Amino acid sequence: MEHMSLTERILRGIALTLVVLFFMFPLFWIFLMSFQTNETILRIPPSLFFEPTLINYTSLITGELQTQAGSLKIEFMKNLGNSVLLSVCSVAVALVLGVPAAYAFARHKFRGSEDIAFTLLSFRFAPPLLVLLPLTIYFRQIGLDNTYIGLIWVYQLICLPLILWIVRGYFEDISPDIEYAYRIAGHSWFATFRKIALPLAGPGIAAAGLLAFIFAWNNFVFALVLASADKQPVTVGALAFVTASGIQYGQIAAAIVLSIAPTLALALYAQRYLVEGLSLGAVKG
Amino acid sequence: MSDTILSLSKVDKFYGAIGHGVHAVKDLSMDIARGEIVALLGSSGCGKTSTLRMIAGFEEVSRGAISLAGRAIHQLPPVKRNVAMAFEGYSLYPPLNVRENIAFALKSARLPQAEVDRRVGEVAELLEITGILERMPNSISGGQQQRASLGRALIRNADLHLLDEPMGQLEPQLRAVLRGRIKHFIKERGLTAILVTHDQTEANALADRIAVMEGGVLQQFAAPDVIKEQPSNLFTGTFVGEPPMNVFEAKLSKGDGRIRLKLSAGVALDFEDSAFSDAVRVAIAGRDKIVIGIRPYSVRRAQKGVAAKVAVSQWLGDQTHIAADFAGGLIVLVEHDRARLKPGDPISVDIDPSSLHIFDASNGKAIAHGRELA
Repeated sequence: MEHMSLTERILRGIALTLVVLFFMFPLFWIFLMSFQTNETILRIPPSLFFEPTLINYTSLITGELQTQAGSLKIEFMKNLGNSVLLSVCSVAVALVLGVPAAYAFARHKFRGSEDIAFTLLSFRFAPPLLVLLPLTIYFRQIGLDNTYIGLIWVYQLICLPLILWIVRGYFEDISPDIEYAYRIAGHSWFATFRKIALPLAGPGIAAAGLLAFIFAWNNFVFALVLASADKQPVTVGALAFVTASGIQYGQIAAAIVLSIAPTLALALYAQRYLVEGLSLGAVKG
Repeated sequence: MSDTILSLSKVDKFYGAIGHGVHAVKDLSMDIARGEIVALLGSSGCGKTSTLRMIAGFEEVSRGAISLAGRAIHQLPPVKRNVAMAFEGYSLYPPLNVRENIAFALKSARLPQAEVDRRVGEVAELLEITGILERMPNSISGGQQQRASLGRALIRNADLHLLDEPMGQLEPQLRAVLRGRIKHFIKERGLTAILVTHDQTEANALADRIAVMEGGVLQQFAAPDVIKEQPSNLFTGTFVGEPPMNVFEAKLSKGDGRIRLKLSAGVALDFEDSAFSDAVRVAIAGRDKIVIGIRPYSVRRAQKGVAAKVAVSQWLGDQTHIAADFAGGLIVLVEHDRARLKPGDPISVDIDPSSLHIFDASNGKAIAHGRELA
């Protein structure tokens, strides 16, 4: 790296700029759109110059969607709340169940342990729709359709395997002797798990939790099928912007900005853990 | 021996199903006295570390019983065994500095701070790590980590101290100094210790008794000089000692007051009957095939002797190792002076009958040793 010639450095700079532009442009354009009305968005040719307006944000927050045909009620803020609730609870449940399970799979090789771990991973392979249809019927029978508990349960299909497999790799990286040393110094098995294994696997657990949160947040199809309007997250709620009088691009853009803000903030904050956790846990494990 | 503190009785270890899995430790029984230092010596995979881990409680005992200080411990969790251990891989707690690591068990036991400080200081001085007490484990060298790990074990007043390859990472000079100090430390406090090692020098220097293991079986359990002078079988004979014992199969014939050992390739060793002790003569009576072993430092070059031809001669700075073609194989000699020999040089070797070790040709068990221990 230090011995790059000037030309190489320039080329590298150009390449990096292109990549950044390619990935960032849609986000940047959406950000601009969120401050425009449908008219300025749809004008031809499109322009970077416009008079910014906060109307999209205010209508989302107040729940009044202004269209050419009149005003519509939308529940965007409720959806946003649902997204937070569903994602946070799903990840919490998956951590409570998945971390001890990952520890067990990492430390104790028992008959069938690999099979069970693989079965849990295989939940990720199944096409969600295939799982959803029978699940809808069962959920209806036991009264779990259109409930938060039912949704959080189904979200475990996304979160649990992810947490289990990433965290397991992380636990496997910790030398068992460190735990033995702690146990022989006069501590129980459970104290060792709490005081040694958990803190040492901390970055991995944080990374897995974060990733599970992002996946849960972005889920669409489970909530679309299993929940009605008042339980739906933003991903499904965004469908409300496709109205009889056209697609409300400005509001969609504002909704996107609002709905990616929490995950973006979380990801930026925990970027270091994410990279470290994923590279150590997933690759080595 | 005085009072027994640790007793292993018919201990088996299987990895996998009992009777089917890998049989790592086979029918191991041994008693260790309070205040004794015992070395488990053997090559990789001989079962020594499995034995240690069963005593510590990290591996289940598949069969048999272990008792420590009068309690059956083989079903107790490690926390209830009152055992201290130094790990081969150090296993220091990463978030704690060296001082906190060493003091950890004492702090857990809620000892007064002054007492903890005094004992940490003592152990740190013993192991020459006073200067790195405030450093974090990941910022010190492997040798320093190993000493910290050793300190963490030695600081405790446990019924038993288990030391797994405790000095493997240390420089030779430091190792030599620490061996003496650690032995003194253990003896002074009346601690009991089991040391796992593959280093014979370490075992000889530290241990009161050495347990030689191979293939999961305890081959011999005795004081270092007994292991050296009276190996119980061919394995111990050839495993302990550097360079290894020379071993030859021999056909035995007697007559005219002489004992003749016919080796292969037409080489014969001819001794007077009286050169052997009564014990040896009784032991070999009625046998026609035996295996003889002779330590390299007991083979001498002489004017009159059996012909051999130098294959390799190496001066190691303080001694010469000579390997010579002899009886269809190689015989190794050790001389303390620099021998100026070239490959192909003819020499004649003299074997002192009183330094012969005689083994059963069928099962390798020792029958007799030329030299009785004083």
